[in-house]
Amino acid sequence: MKLTVNGTEHEVDVEPDTPLLWVIREELGLLGTKYGCGVAQCGACTVLVDGYATRSCVTPADSVEGTQIRTIETVEETETGRRVVEAWVENQVPQCGYCQSGQVLAATALLTETPQPTDGDIEAAMTNLCRCGTYNKIRAAVHKASEA
Amino acid sequence: MGILDKITARAAPLNVSRRGFLAGSGALVLATTLPVRPTKAQEAGAAAEPAAVQAFLELRADGTAVLRSPFIEGGQGIYSAMAQIVGEELDLDPMAFTVESAPPGGPFGVMGGYRITGGSASTRTAYPIMRQLGASARAMLIEAAATRWDVEAATLITEPGAVVDPDSGNRLGYGELAEAAMDLPVPTEVTLKEEADFRWLKTGMPRLDVRDKSTGRARYALDVEVDGMLLAAVQHAPRLGMTPSAVTNQAEIEGMRGVHSVHMLDGAVAVVAEKFWQARRAVEAAEVEWTEGEAEWPMPADFSSTGFRDTLAGSSGEVVEIEAEGDAAAALDAADTVIEAVYDAPFVVHGQLEPPSATARFNDDGTLELWLPNQAPEQFVGAAAEAAGIDPAQVTLHSQMLGGFFGRHFLYRTANPFPQAIALAQATGRPVKLIWTREEDFLRDAPRPLGLAKFRGAVGEDRAVSLEATVVGEGPTQRWYNAPPGSDPSASEGISGKSYALANKAIGQIPVANPAVIGYWRSVGHSMHDFMYEGFLDELAEASGQDPYEMRLQLLSGNDRLTTLLTRTAELSGGWKPGPYEAEDGTTRARGVAMASPFGSEAAAIAEVSLDRGAVRVHNIWTAIDPGTIVNPAVIEAQVQSAVALGLSETLVEELVYENGEPTARNFDMYEILRPYMMPEVHVEVIESGAQMGGVGEPGLPAVPPAVVNAVAQLTGQRVRSLPLSKHDFG
Ligand code: FES
Ligand code: FES
Repeated sequence: MKLTVNGTEHEVDVEPDTPLLWVIREELGLLGTKYGCGVAQCGACTVLVDGYATRSCVTPADSVEGTQIRTIETVEETETGRRVVEAWVENQVPQCGYCQSGQVLAATALLTETPQPTDGDIEAAMTNLCRCGTYNKIRAAVHKASEA
Repeated sequence: MGILDKITARAAPLNVSRRGFLAGSGALVLATTLPVRPTKAQEAGAAAEPAAVQAFLELRADGTAVLRSPFIEGGQGIYSAMAQIVGEELDLDPMAFTVESAPPGGPFGVMGGYRITGGSASTRTAYPIMRQLGASARAMLIEAAATRWDVEAATLITEPGAVVDPDSGNRLGYGELAEAAMDLPVPTEVTLKEEADFRWLKTGMPRLDVRDKSTGRARYALDVEVDGMLLAAVQHAPRLGMTPSAVTNQAEIEGMRGVHSVHMLDGAVAVVAEKFWQARRAVEAAEVEWTEGEAEWPMPADFSSTGFRDTLAGSSGEVVEIEAEGDAAAALDAADTVIEAVYDAPFVVHGQLEPPSATARFNDDGTLELWLPNQAPEQFVGAAAEAAGIDPAQVTLHSQMLGGFFGRHFLYRTANPFPQAIALAQATGRPVKLIWTREEDFLRDAPRPLGLAKFRGAVGEDRAVSLEATVVGEGPTQRWYNAPPGSDPSASEGISGKSYALANKAIGQIPVANPAVIGYWRSVGHSMHDFMYEGFLDELAEASGQDPYEMRLQLLSGNDRLTTLLTRTAELSGGWKPGPYEAEDGTTRARGVAMASPFGSEAAAIAEVSLDRGAVRVHNIWTAIDPGTIVNPAVIEAQVQSAVALGLSETLVEELVYENGEPTARNFDMYEILRPYMMPEVHVEVIESGAQMGGVGEPGLPAVPPAVVNAVAQLTGQRVRSLPLSKHDFG
């Protein structure tokens, strides 16, 4: 099947229902997308599918043929993604960092859709888990990125 | 002596030495040699290590510096702290350092001959050593410049990264001096900087790895790739102690796409495949017959967490004394008002977001290389050698950055994937990377033990007069390091080690073995015992008609450090106000207060709660921490935020339930952890009292659960003695 990831079309030979997460990591070698739970609970595996934050661990690869998939590796190629990364650095958001690829992409999707989110918008959209408890810094960084 | 005692011991005297074997490399290379108190694993580790990487600090000709951290980075900011400390004395911008994790053995046993990453002990044990290391290097660079310019060393100064002669204006970068400095003797005495001259220490400078962690570039054990490796997945026996006797559909799963081979291991079935997803799909399809095996701690088939709690509550064995003051029993007998209570807290999983993994490769010469997450490199080397049946000297360990740890990555038999990875690499003759799915992690984690304590207290008019507290159970330090009951802080800390001046008290332990494989969890015994003690203290306050905040101040009278801490916490919250009261948003709220003395630091917290459809909602946490002496206030603030979140998580929702010897939850769908919407505002104040440096990674946690539970009692009149709050109905 053909998947378009970070603007490049890739021919991949996998079982059609292979989760997108493992196609990205094992077939394309893009390791910034993380495995945390595999059951759509944590969001560590978040990627953008046509701009929407999507949990790739439960997304069958054949269901996203013909879409534009973006991973953390190219998030800074978008203006919003670049602002989000800068806000993450400025607010010193990450601790262990393992959830943060997903958090940055979730924030990028939110700010693309809603450039000036309220706390309520952030609460509704930023549902990824962080075991290190960086939630307050995440919220502050989303606000920061929305100001720029 | 328990490991937690060991790690709080002062670091041994220090000797900085030049690494002679690297002379001529054009770099200034420094290590420390410490009087070593070797353990078996350490001797092993020391012998195993490639000599050329023993150095702590390498200052290269191009002006860059490489620092090898004895401690492993997992979000606590330890790499940055090490660079900040060395950089300060060396006078080199900490951001110019590359920090790597130090290999096992060699000079890295900075905790008096050994090292672990735990006990909130890294910075406080390494601080004097790292400063001396930086200062020694700086002195040698100055000496080298003085020789070059033919001036007195004492007339020279440094600016970040360069030696400067103020008289002549001459200036040489550290890189240009590194080789000459390497030929000089290491000074036997160096003067450390005065605090007033600090450029970076005590500032909230940014951490080194934040950009990589914000852009997906940070790499963890789960991302390790080795040429020619196969990927493996396992299915563990649902109950620990069982082992596979047959895979009835073996031929079928061997025929699945990408599958290399199927293996029956001790307690698990493994599938090795070209890709992890293929291995996982196949191992989940395996139909396995399980039989009783030979595990050291088999789970009884009828084990349940509820039953175990009842066992602890019903235990009436001999009490081993931990602390005694006055005559608690006599005071209890003489008192008019005596109250009793039993408190408990459940098993909880670590839930670090990166699932465990291990990559193993046997090289042609028979040596073994391992890439894995760990908090104790030397211990892992020893255990890996044993698993592989080779000499520890033949094991090379590459410690990876940790995607969270909280105690998950200590050496716990049956809880670490590496013995399986080694077995599979041996069986296949190929490098193997084994990943445990989240489900397998839940099944074999070494959870925080379910804990229980019994309290009896006597009150008089306006004061508590006697307290008897008995913890029942087993701590991880007894399990893993043979600490005897009564001398195992992990079994009682938070009930023992409290600072309140009670005239009569008796703290003891009834040792009861825990059938589960138990482990260290962020703040260890404190994570539950401070909840129990501080909850009961509020019960005593109520029984004696005292305000809980005023009662604590009374019990701390004469203790300036803790009085300051408590009053500053109250000030931070806008003044002590227990409530209930109506907030601006119309919710009815109340507050609770609690304190803790964990890991050499002091902490206090005030929580503000309301009820939302029968569930507790936490709005604010105000907390002050006094680690005595600080390195980086921003890192401390971040660590306290993180510890508060984990403390809230266990208070509000976390509980690992066992039935029939098996955990009932296998992933975050059935085991709730703190979600973003549950996170309150967290207001942190860092107080530097000047006392001896304490830890910062864990101390922010223990005061949080009791502050919340005390607030809930204030709000509802309901005293919660069993966590988490989610299992209670607040109507
Ligand atoms: S790994 Fe996909 S949501 Fe957790
Ligand atoms: S930073 Fe560690 S899980 Fe979020």
